[in-house]
Amino acid sequence: MRELFEQFDVWAAFWMTIKLSLWSALWALVLGTLLAIMRVGPVRILNVVGSAYVNVVRNTPLTLVVLFSLTVLGTRLGIQIADQNSPTFLTDEAVRWAIFGLSVYHAAFVCEALRSGVNTVPVGQAEAARSIGLGFGQSLRHIVLPQAFRGAVAPLASVAIALIKNTTVATIIGVAQTSYFMAEAIEFRPDLIWELFALIALFFLAITLPIGVGLTSLSRKVAVKR
Amino acid sequence: MAEPLVVLDGVNKYFGDLHVLKDINLTVAPGEVVVVIGPSGSGKSTLCRAINRLETIESGTITIDGEELPQEGKALARLRSDVGMVFQAFNLFAHKTILQNVTLGPMKVRGVKKAGAQQRAKELLERVGVAHQAAKYPAQLSGGQQQRVAIARSLAMDPKIMLFDEPTSALDPEMINEVLDVMVELAESGMTMIVVTHEMGFARKAAHRVVFMADGEIVETAEPEEFFTNPQSERAKDFLGKILTH
Repeated sequence: MRELFEQFDVWAAFWMTIKLSLWSALWALVLGTLLAIMRVGPVRILNVVGSAYVNVVRNTPLTLVVLFSLTVLGTRLGIQIADQNSPTFLTDEAVRWAIFGLSVYHAAFVCEALRSGVNTVPVGQAEAARSIGLGFGQSLRHIVLPQAFRGAVAPLASVAIALIKNTTVATIIGVAQTSYFMAEAIEFRPDLIWELFALIALFFLAITLPIGVGLTSLSRKVAVKR
Repeated sequence: MAEPLVVLDGVNKYFGDLHVLKDINLTVAPGEVVVVIGPSGSGKSTLCRAINRLETIESGTITIDGEELPQEGKALARLRSDVGMVFQAFNLFAHKTILQNVTLGPMKVRGVKKAGAQQRAKELLERVGVAHQAAKYPAQLSGGQQQRVAIARSLAMDPKIMLFDEPTSALDPEMINEVLDVMVELAESGMTMIVVTHEMGFARKAAHRVVFMADGEIVETAEPEEFFTNPQSERAKDFLGKILTH
């Protein structure tokens, strides 16, 4: 096991996985919330756009989304999202496009988790909100969404766990995270293959297990009593 | 008579093929308490909900304080803030405390400062008799207490009129009176009220007028005493016969 750490920069790989997970989770949550608002809102055209987005993205393989992000949006269309003068420009581009792809993809799942949360809020809550004079946006912000998020914690936990494991797809565009290190190690140190797989499985377990347990207990704690 | 506060003129409403409100005409004066009764499915709840446009109507007009109900949007939200609504299922905001339930509207809709809103909320909770529950959440209160909070929540907006949609129908029998007492007190204070209810005692005690609905139509309108002792229509006689014999 020690040899792996001596030969490869394991910690850097782990750290990259964590960075990808955190940034993607953040953006997916923001984008997914916007999509959910579009889908539950009263504006027909936004309903259509929101549901088209979810249905297209959710049914496209993540590998395709991530590859498309860097090669088509980044390379072919020349959209740059990293600092061009940075000495690590190419690496940064790959990392950011990976975060972009992961966020765009998981936003569809966040949207659906939130929508299931919205469905836990009785219609009467929104009616009461409207009847005291709150507008659509206000009743969403103060009444419906706070309850929807509480009802969506458990399904959001599943999305978070899936997202963390899905960061391994970033290998396809050369982002040096955990599965990239794994591929290298398999090639150069096949003698350590048992240790390698154990190490990586443990690493993911160490992040996802607490998140699962933590969010499940949180979902119980914040559940709205009716 | 003073300018009417609520005017329904030729209101029709359909649920698909079902004609639930048939050419409804109703005028309510300021300070008047109108009780709407009738068998289930007669359209009385729909009528109540249509007045603050929780139900849309297909034809006719509804006018509140001289202003016709606008389309969904800012103007409607402003108008709704002047129309209190009490629901059968209470519909207190489940994730907010009792105090927050009452202060939310004044703070977010009227722009009242927190301290002022809380002061007023406490007075109102005192008035409906649940002041000591202010820090609790709705699920911790009994049905009767929740409904009284719902009334306080509406009153916090200083409404011109209060709508009650079967406010005691979801309550255990021993809690009905605590809610009716608050409503009677409200009626005596001069509040304009439209009350959909089965509570004949309340109608006798507090109503100026009883509107009897059946099959989506207003069949009969009379003063309570007159209506209960000497109903004119066959439908009303039949209905009263069924509920008053026990």
